[in-house]
Amino acid sequence: MSGEKEPYRGLLTFFDETGKVSLFTARFFREAFRPPFEFRELLRQSYIIGYQSLFLVATTGFIMGLVFDLQTRPTMIEFGAESYMPSMIGISFVREIGPVVTALICAGKIGSSIGAELGSMRVTEQIDAMEVSGTNPFKFLVVTRVLAAMLMVPVLVLIADAIGLFAAFLVENLKGDVTFRLFFNQVFNNLEFGDLIPSTVKSFFFGLAIGLIGCYKGYYAARGTAGVGSAANQAVVVASLLLFVIDLIAVLIADIFYEL
Amino acid sequence: MESKSPTSPPLIHIRGLRKAFGEHEVLLGFDLDLYDGENLVMVGKSGSGKSVLLKCIVRLEEIDSGTLEVLGKSIPDLDQVALDRLRTDVGFLFQGSALYDSMTVRENLQFPLRRHPDRMRGEAEEKLIVSALDSVGLAHAIDLMPSELSGGMKRRVALARTLILRPRIILYDEPTSGLDPITAKEIIELILQVQREFHTSSFIITHDMDCARVIANRMIMLVEGTNYAEGTYAELAASNDPKVRAFFK
Repeated sequence: MSGEKEPYRGLLTFFDETGKVSLFTARFFREAFRPPFEFRELLRQSYIIGYQSLFLVATTGFIMGLVFDLQTRPTMIEFGAESYMPSMIGISFVREIGPVVTALICAGKIGSSIGAELGSMRVTEQIDAMEVSGTNPFKFLVVTRVLAAMLMVPVLVLIADAIGLFAAFLVENLKGDVTFRLFFNQVFNNLEFGDLIPSTVKSFFFGLAIGLIGCYKGYYAARGTAGVGSAANQAVVVASLLLFVIDLIAVLIADIFYEL
Repeated sequence: MESKSPTSPPLIHIRGLRKAFGEHEVLLGFDLDLYDGENLVMVGKSGSGKSVLLKCIVRLEEIDSGTLEVLGKSIPDLDQVALDRLRTDVGFLFQGSALYDSMTVRENLQFPLRRHPDRMRGEAEEKLIVSALDSVGLAHAIDLMPSELSGGMKRRVALARTLILRPRIILYDEPTSGLDPITAKEIIELILQVQREFHTSSFIITHDMDCARVIANRMIMLVEGTNYAEGTYAELAASNDPKVRAFFK
């Protein structure tokens, strides 16, 4: 009997969680535009999220650039399209690989860290302590972290793009004797604002999703240390899935504009 | 300590308070009055709803039904702004101290102060922080992180953070739990000292009958969701009721 009810229970939990996340998101937008503003904490969180993720994002971008060029080069040579390598890599990196890979790295690093930190604050009653002192923990803990993620993820994406393209240039230079100037001339000649703007806009939404899901899971973590681990884990899983959904929507919308 | 006689309206007035979590009913018509200058101690078994009651008083938990008034204001009817204002008059010392672990001791005390409507700045703020820490004997720990403090020190800093907004009522959730007997005694002394210096009223929940004996003007026993017995420590200690006697074994 209980087995029959399981799928319905799963569906109910899904709708219940979706409703709660929507309310949480609405509260974020309401609180974000209402003074007082926590500028100092926003700066601190931007430093933590941005600067402390830089090494990981830069390394990943560099390796992705190398691998992508090494993997595609033989096929392009086979079709006699070697000269299109810089423009193909430039467009792929800026439109898709840079934003998605960087956002996934950020979901792992930032999402889990926010989920665990807020979860641990919930479990040790630190959030309750903020509330009973007549302050607004949501503004201090959630709004600052989500805004910082929204601001920093696009910056990290741009850095990952630049480093990834540089890594691809290194391969081209070593294997094909392409100069720095020629490589980047080709990259930028084929890139348009229509490539850069959608990818930057979707990076903002990636940051929003990573910050919101991390904060939501941590802020409402169940009691106990297991709850903290679960909050961190769910923050990564849900944010990663959401990134692909946002990416799909962004690509569909961008496609409409490309066709116009 | 001797029982205080009620000469003014109660600071906390609770009648018929009910609270359930799903099917599980925790409080089944609880009554309580806390008077000015009083130290009221509540004892009860683990899971009997003591902490839930404290959280209801500051609306960390919503009540299901009943009357709950703090400083003359009906807690369930307050909007968020009024509730935040009222909360600055009611200090809360959490069982695990609940210090913000990413902040130094100074920043822990600054946090409520800087977000208070009548906030102070610069020297006045620093003086208040130092004086609050001084009153718990920890002015030297001002730049330490919570992870560098012992359990007793954390409890003292948490009390200083509570005192910094000059509350009229302080709610203590198991103030001596997890501490060795010597440190527990120090915390008990500190609670009494704070009450003398800051003229606060205290509502303390504890398992520690030594703590109750020293601090309480009056005691309440929470059994099966209701205030089963009330009186001074001496009166309850002399009771023949087996449920009351169980706490004194």
